[in-house]
Amino acid sequence: MTSQTSEGTGGFPGLAADDRVAAQLYTDPEIFDWEMEKIFYSTWVWVAHESEIPEAGSFKMSHIGLQPVIVNRDRKGNFNVLLNRCRHRGASVCEVPKGKANGFTCPYHSWSYSLEGNLRGIPYPDGYEGVAEKKDLPLQRLRVESYNGLIFATFKSDIEPLSDFLGDAKIWIDRFMKQGAGYPVKVQGEHKFRFDGNWKIQLENTTDGYHFPIVHRSWMASVDAETADMLSFMTDEKAVTHALGNGHSVAIMVPEHVDLEEDDGTEELQERFRHIIDELSETMPQDQVRRIVRSMHGAGYNLNLFPNLSLSMSFFRVLRPISVNETEIQHMALGLDGGPESVNRERLRIHEHFQGPFGFGTSDDSEAWDRVQRGAVANPEMPILVNRGLGREETVDEGWKTSHVTDETGMRESYAMWKRMMGNDN
Amino acid sequence: MTTETAAEVTAIDNRPAPATYEPGLGKLSQPLVGRAIELIWREGQLLDDKKYEEWQTLYTEDAKYIIPVDPDTDDFESSLNMVYDDARMRHMRVTRLVQGYSMSAVAAARTSRTISRFTVEELTDDTVTLRSAQVLVGFKRDKFQMLGADLTHRIRFTGDDARIELKLIRLVNSDSAVNASGFLL
Repeated sequence: MTSQTSEGTGGFPGLAADDRVAAQLYTDPEIFDWEMEKIFYSTWVWVAHESEIPEAGSFKMSHIGLQPVIVNRDRKGNFNVLLNRCRHRGASVCEVPKGKANGFTCPYHSWSYSLEGNLRGIPYPDGYEGVAEKKDLPLQRLRVESYNGLIFATFKSDIEPLSDFLGDAKIWIDRFMKQGAGYPVKVQGEHKFRFDGNWKIQLENTTDGYHFPIVHRSWMASVDAETADMLSFMTDEKAVTHALGNGHSVAIMVPEHVDLEEDDGTEELQERFRHIIDELSETMPQDQVRRIVRSMHGAGYNLNLFPNLSLSMSFFRVLRPISVNETEIQHMALGLDGGPESVNRERLRIHEHFQGPFGFGTSDDSEAWDRVQRGAVANPEMPILVNRGLGREETVDEGWKTSHVTDETGMRESYAMWKRMMGNDN
Repeated sequence: MTTETAAEVTAIDNRPAPATYEPGLGKLSQPLVGRAIELIWREGQLLDDKKYEEWQTLYTEDAKYIIPVDPDTDDFESSLNMVYDDARMRHMRVTRLVQGYSMSAVAAARTSRTISRFTVEELTDDTVTLRSAQVLVGFKRDKFQMLGADLTHRIRFTGDDARIELKLIRLVNSDSAVNASGFLL
């Protein structure tokens, strides 16, 4: 078995064709190392939602590729993304997953840093006279930009603005946030788990409508008929996947819920939410009740943002590569910030039903992804096929390549971006 | 060379002396407590044997079965949990685990759990609340998995009958990555 990496990095793009990729992409540790450099350390990576750091001093720990970062909001209201590494001898300056602080103090020799990362204090500073200046030793700050509550960071000062990188995905981010039904969207809690497989296996899965009725048959069997019917998109011609450029794609599973502000009044509200409808109707006008209840399952699609975030119906899916054959996934449950408590609780119960390590959906997804990693070591040069629907793919007016939601248009878009970035001389 | 007594060390620390700890021994030998522990061990055996349909009959109709994420919360209703099951969800969960459509349940690890370190938290005429420690070892495809948890069971006695009306499973890694599995805790 030869590794393309031994021939130099020019060999990577050769591993991905338009309709297939070498299984080495899941199994070769050298490829993984280069992916960290050429993808995760070279583009915009999602690090937080603004609701996770709501006030001045709020912070959370996050990652870009393998590197630990702190994301915080300072007193001016700006977001800072700082490498979680003391400039002195390298200790992490924060090991609290989230909280509020005035700054960060290294536990080893008490070097202390401001929320902006500036080095404020060094104990017994006389030893540094003529040796080091505090102004030269801030925590390493990354470039930060946000869009509609989503905070991204990058190591690169010279790449395109976030807005350009997201491009047409912004339309779908804006639509996704409409599930707040007039309230801001907030993170209500998160599930976290790892699986024994490469990160791209999860990346592919987000726009994989094809697996849904097979892997999630036991979930489908457990929900009410209306919910099962809502997700019966296998033969629905309006259920499509669009490739949005820059590796981003959107898989529409519930076409009538693409834009939750559009409501012709014909859709019957699901009977499972009767208790909520009755409660809200006591104090709210009917159109607002409809708006909230129609948004209960979230937006009618999964938006895959290359390389690490998905806005999936009613939650955020965040992937974090650990090694070539291990990936950590977070599923963040979303709610209505300041919205009715009963609605937020119902959304938590819906999330628990499918997501998380004991969810009726996640456990089966995780098992399927483990199986891909186990199988892909059998002749890693044999291709992984992402050609489903190539024969019926069209380009719609917006310029997006489009095919049925069970097709592999989204995966082809991801791998086109992978190929472009892995061939870049950065 | 002399060593300070505990009282002298406390004085040096300038801390108030700790209140005397009363372990309150003797409750484990109460008949209801013995039966409660027997039920908890029986439950553990049914779970290791994956006899889920029998397992769910151990619960009262209004029982809750909870695996929280947040290690500190008691407000499970308003928090995201890994499992927050009433009778309806428990029944669906069992159906899913036994009906054969779930690939993770079909391929679930073999498990062996040890439950010990019982302490009696509350004892009334017809309920016993016990805390305990559980160490579960799972094995699947050449890999061992270990899950540690603090358990709370509240058992309700009605005549000769004993049922679980609360099971709270606080995993030691609940707010970190917990890997998906096809079995129950």
